[in-house]
Amino acid sequence: MMRGSSRSKSTQNLDRTVCMTNCPTLIVTVGLPARGKTYISKKLTRYLNWIGVPTREFNVGQYRRECVKIYKSFEFFRPDNEEGLKIRQQCASAALNDVRQYLADEGGQVAVFDATNTTRERRQTITAFAEQNGFKVFFVESVCEDPVVIAENIVQVKLGSPDYMNCNTEEAMEDFKKRIECYENSYETLDEVWDRHLSYIKIIDVGRRYLVNQVQDHIQSRIVYYLMNIHITPRSIYLCRHGESDLNVKGCIGGDSGLSPRGREFAKYLGKFIESQDISDLKVWTSQMKRTIQTAEAVSVPYEQWKALNEIDAGVCEEMMYEEIQQHYPLEFALRDQDKYRYRYPKGESYEDLVQRLEPVIMELERQENVLVICHQAVMRCLLAYFLDKTAEELPYLKCPLHTVLKLTPVAYGCKVESIFLNVDAVNTHRDRPEVGISTKTHRNVVAPVINIIRNISLTNDGAALVSHFLPVFFYTLFPDLGDACTLLFFANDLMQMM
Amino acid sequence: SGLMVSCVAVAQHVHTGDGQYPCRVSQVSQLAAALWLWAWYFLPFSSASVPQLTNSPTLIVMVGLPARGKTYISKKLTRYLNWIGFPTKVFNLGQYRRDAVQTYKNFEFFRQDNKEAMQIRKACASNALKDICIYFSKENGQVAVFDATNTTRERRVSIVSFAKEKGYKVFFVESICDDPDIIAQNITEVKVSSPDYVNCDKEEALADFLKRIECYKQTYVPLDDEKDRNLSYIKIFDVGSRYLVNRVQDHIQSRIVYYLMNIHVTPRSIYLTRHGESELNLLGRIGGDSGLSPRGHKYAASLGSFLKGQNIKDLKVWTSHMKRTIQTAEHLGVPYEQWKALNEIDAGVCEELTYEEIQEKHPEEFALRDQDKYRYRYPKGESYEDLVHRLEPVIMELERQENVLVVCHQAVMRCLLAYLLDKTSDELPYLKCPLHTVLRLTPVAYGCKMENIFLNVEAVNTHRERPVKQKGENGLKPSINVVNFLNLCLIPAIWGGGGGGGVACCHIVLS
Repeated sequence: MMRGSSRSKSTQNLDRTVCMTNCPTLIVTVGLPARGKTYISKKLTRYLNWIGVPTREFNVGQYRRECVKIYKSFEFFRPDNEEGLKIRQQCASAALNDVRQYLADEGGQVAVFDATNTTRERRQTITAFAEQNGFKVFFVESVCEDPVVIAENIVQVKLGSPDYMNCNTEEAMEDFKKRIECYENSYETLDEVWDRHLSYIKIIDVGRRYLVNQVQDHIQSRIVYYLMNIHITPRSIYLCRHGESDLNVKGCIGGDSGLSPRGREFAKYLGKFIESQDISDLKVWTSQMKRTIQTAEAVSVPYEQWKALNEIDAGVCEEMMYEEIQQHYPLEFALRDQDKYRYRYPKGESYEDLVQRLEPVIMELERQENVLVICHQAVMRCLLAYFLDKTAEELPYLKCPLHTVLKLTPVAYGCKVESIFLNVDAVNTHRDRPEVGISTKTHRNVVAPVINIIRNISLTNDGAALVSHFLPVFFYTLFPDLGDACTLLFFANDLMQMM
Repeated sequence: SGLMVSCVAVAQHVHTGDGQYPCRVSQVSQLAAALWLWAWYFLPFSSASVPQLTNSPTLIVMVGLPARGKTYISKKLTRYLNWIGFPTKVFNLGQYRRDAVQTYKNFEFFRQDNKEAMQIRKACASNALKDICIYFSKENGQVAVFDATNTTRERRVSIVSFAKEKGYKVFFVESICDDPDIIAQNITEVKVSSPDYVNCDKEEALADFLKRIECYKQTYVPLDDEKDRNLSYIKIFDVGSRYLVNRVQDHIQSRIVYYLMNIHVTPRSIYLTRHGESELNLLGRIGGDSGLSPRGHKYAASLGSFLKGQNIKDLKVWTSHMKRTIQTAEHLGVPYEQWKALNEIDAGVCEELTYEEIQEKHPEEFALRDQDKYRYRYPKGESYEDLVHRLEPVIMELERQENVLVVCHQAVMRCLLAYLLDKTSDELPYLKCPLHTVLRLTPVAYGCKMENIFLNVEAVNTHRERPVKQKGENGLKPSINVVNFLNLCLIPAIWGGGGGGGVACCHIVLS
């Protein structure tokens, strides 16, 4: 994952502060109510966290709800309501304060400031705040005048909001519409001329059109690419693993074996299930490994193969059973249990590598509509973690049993999950998170302070000595034969990556 | 390609028979069966991680006044799309005009009231569109870039109906720029030296070209927010400070937009080098993850001095996750970033073997690789094609950056070089990337200027030339010919070699 930013490519920006690498980014949403700002904020936050960029959203509406316990009516938002204005100003300030804390003190890299921010004045305040603190600012404005889309938004997410807990649908609808009107008069959209020095993307009519201005760096470029690929057309994503394979039956990991008899039965049932679902224009994706391809063959729809969907490469542990791994590579086995997400099999991959590998798959999944992805355990965990917003800690322990289809349907701000077991028995390949004994904490992938110390470690054959000097933790004791820089480099890499 | 590859494997086996011919045939036919069945899975589908496009070809239509970078964008975009595996070709209308009107006199040709010239220009446009048709239908093209001004609505409407008729998707790329400095620079860089101005001096050429632009300005109608709201397009303002994107239809258009939004024209240089000579290099072994040899360390130190001497502003240094590149970068004394994507090609079962050992232990694999080095995938490893897909994010970020030094590996460097120098997938695996040499690439006009700097530290040579096709005793032309192949596969069937062989050959014959 690339960290850091590149210089602004426009020579007109000579007077802007040049940020050093790792400059945090403040994303600011702009738009009238019910234009999808929170939807975009949450989705973007989920995506950025998944690809490894620590991100958090700060919804000013939430702050307001905590401040003003009970919402009475749209009158609170009237432009002439002095008291209302004061409270809203305070809430925005409180939120910005938390943003500062998150980005400056808590190691956050991106903060999404989710509010209407419809006046130039408000946006200038935010820009000044960001400059003061050394944050880059990127605006995301959503402009939409389609009454059908707006009404649908209101129905999907506003009516169920805590604000309207005690109202019926009509009342809530009415009130919310009047709320929007309160903002309309003072709404100043991002202007091509006045705001030409700001970095922003304007999303018009739910993605029909985009206006992109002054993208400063890599992360903003990725954000723009992501926002331009998402859509809100209703659809479902079906995730499942290949049918039970011969190696599964033996209890071995990895490899490229074919389906077992039960696996073939599952494939048949999968075909029938898909037919019964009567899905319009279903795309089917598999990996390039036999077991997924054989599974897809039974679903009589053309399928595409993605190398990126191949199972995690277990390197030296390929085709071994967990017991054998524990026997032949006890250290590796223990390390993996310590940090299953970042642990990389020797000559293989880690879950973290998998996520990087799967990013183009996620991007294309966002573009598509109905898709069935036939993949593998680790891969499915990564994809699931993206859709269900699971952390890196939870990801490697998500339950993805064989012969079960997960149907994911985006709804409101999240994803509805239906789990469908297709009634063909299979072995269980899931290993729960082991109970970790306190004494055996190995620090392969540690927290910041240690990283800073060994950042400039010289990777020579004397590395071991250096390590034992700088790392009081168990490196050297655990690996007494660590005479050569080999394994050191291995660790140093991971640590440097984390910086 | 899998089918072809397995065919060749079969063919080579059949012809290297000795006294045990019948026996070999049955082995051969089983091999053929296995290979063919394997190939059958992969044959109809793309073997890389690029999703299949719908079968509609895409017609990219450039729009803009002269000297707005249309040809620059066309060529760069074409180079990128070809590299990632979408066959793309540029159709430059200016070229057609030069072929039709042998000698260019002056800007008067482009005057709106020059009826004769108008006829010629219209005819040229027609011819270009006809050629595009041929490219799509007969030459397996997937994307065509129609590089012309296309500044009137009338012209664009006719292109859109042409495309609709043929079932092509259309995507417009409009470049808008009113900065006189940029325009003047463009004219100096690429127009003054064009064949049109071969007999003029710089000033004359500049003056004439500016008048040429005036001819277009009068009838220029940019893509309109309202009137053209149903078209798919991207408008690029002021060399990328702003973009307007409308109605992106599909995956390829989304990739094109992303690419166009990441390129820039700020002058800079890209330095490509391999790691210093490694221990495994010395042993003649491929892959692995060894450290530098003493000469390798020496090179790294020289590299450091060289870079200091170059006095490069804000140089970014990238390495892979493998020891040898990291050790090389360490000598430079500047911060560097590690990309797993820059790791050397995974040779799978052949990792850490010498070429001789591979030839011994995996003779079929060895032969197959020489047949199609670009698409050949090591068992449990990768192909050059896989590498290209792995490296795409690196290329995207290289486009965004300015001065960068990439310390990588032979196969990886070949892929990056192929992108920067527009080499085909055929040439790519044989590009020369020797150790201890820095390649400095500087974008200039429509291409890349390359300087080759050997840092005077000796190293082993790891380059394998493209093998010379042998006709000798085999009598076999490696160039895949279906008829030859069918004949070859009928031989095992006729000899009754194994049921599997018979079945496989039936499949083959039927296909």
